[in-house]
Amino acid sequence: MSFKRKDLLGLASLSQEEVTLILEAAEPFKEVSGREIKKVPALRGKTVINLFFEPSTRTRTSFELAAKRLSADVVNFSPSSSSVMKGETLLDTARNIEFMQADILVLRHSSAGAAEILARNSRLSVINAGDGWHEHPTQALSDLLTIQEKKGQVRDLHVAIVGDVAHSRVARSNIHALTKMGANVRVVGPPTMIPLSLHRLGVTVYHDFDEAISGVDVVIMLRLQLERQGRSLFPSIREYARLYGLTAERMQRAAKDVLVMHPGPVNRGVEIAHDVVDGSAAVILEQVANGVAVRMGLMYLLSQRN
Amino acid sequence: MSQTKFCRESVIMDRHEMTRALTRIAHEILERNKGCHDVGLVGIRTGGVYLAQRLKHLVSQIERTDVVLGELDITLYRDDLALRKNQPVLKKTDIPFDISGLKIILVDDVLFTGRTIRAAMDGLIDLGRPAEIQLAVLVDRGHRQLPIRANYVGKNIPTAKDENIRVFLDELGEEDRVSKLIDAERTA
Repeated sequence: MSFKRKDLLGLASLSQEEVTLILEAAEPFKEVSGREIKKVPALRGKTVINLFFEPSTRTRTSFELAAKRLSADVVNFSPSSSSVMKGETLLDTARNIEFMQADILVLRHSSAGAAEILARNSRLSVINAGDGWHEHPTQALSDLLTIQEKKGQVRDLHVAIVGDVAHSRVARSNIHALTKMGANVRVVGPPTMIPLSLHRLGVTVYHDFDEAISGVDVVIMLRLQLERQGRSLFPSIREYARLYGLTAERMQRAAKDVLVMHPGPVNRGVEIAHDVVDGSAAVILEQVANGVAVRMGLMYLLSQRN
Repeated sequence: MSQTKFCRESVIMDRHEMTRALTRIAHEILERNKGCHDVGLVGIRTGGVYLAQRLKHLVSQIERTDVVLGELDITLYRDDLALRKNQPVLKKTDIPFDISGLKIILVDDVLFTGRTIRAAMDGLIDLGRPAEIQLAVLVDRGHRQLPIRANYVGKNIPTAKDENIRVFLDELGEEDRVSKLIDAERTA
């Protein structure tokens, strides 16, 4: 089977086979990143544009490194230094990029669906690098690859996703990815952070972390978006950390070989304790390494269609 | 390739001829390199990998020493990546030793246009600086499009450009043989 899509907008619409295909394509690129000369000529002559309307260091860098290791040319656009400041619409920006004969557009935007609008209206291959609270598919794919490598398979694992699920595109993409691959997903957080209809995505909702963590194989901690604290989603950071922070003590309730994941950046001492971040169960840096491989595999697949 | 049907198959090399050719190549490798202490075998996926494994075994039988062995996937180095209808399946390159300073012998089943070998040399050089790259093939069928020549050839087989030469291997679930497939009727 080959990957037929022009774009990667989210994981909700992907089949299990397509997800597997991307993960398989990522695997050989891990070896490339381990070489002394970290470059293969697969995307030579292609142009990748990173268009990031929200601040991002790791995702943008990861996409940039992935494209460069495939020998593509990379241009980074950021709104503060572009015509967007002069009032240009998103679609016009994309059209201009398209007519500069770029091939792949990586978009991060604060509005859900932004990537889809561009994908529908241009010939560019669009990769969604995060759109509002909707999806962040490459992060979830990196997480899947990490789980698969550490656990052998994803099917039948018990995975807990903890934190501000309502405002997390990482959570949404992960829920789609994990349930699609046959994992049992538990979602944990205070009621203000869990959408009412979340169970429709095939997950079990918990509000008590101690109950939810018992026996799980993987814990995915979400970043507490401290910039949202003004919206009174929880009374205090201290209380949040006490109820929903991952501590070594709480981890005792999980499976012995539990994996601890976090999409970064980590608020140490808030959603996750210092000693847990640095402990042997944490695979946070493996997620980052796999992120580059997944993005390389994905760009390779997208550039091969037609 | 499995969807391709052929009317007639004419066998050019059988199991014994293949073994003899590979045994001769193993001797030639040892002769040319005065042993194999600074030699590394690298098979090109897929067929070349199995032939390289056989050569390693033969060399170790003759000299009672071990040769390092690696596997090279050249997909990312192909010059026709953008032209192909189907996505080639990506596999892993696995060369568990430092190729710098070694005499690397690339192993492939069929030498045809030479483009695979060009890609393989590019791939190798990205991994280090071998002292020398040599080429061993089971079959040379001519029609080169690049200035490339094999150092070790199992058998030269004159062919027409549109003829189909296939190497079948035990390791791939077929009986060992080299065949010319005639009157190709592609159903794929």
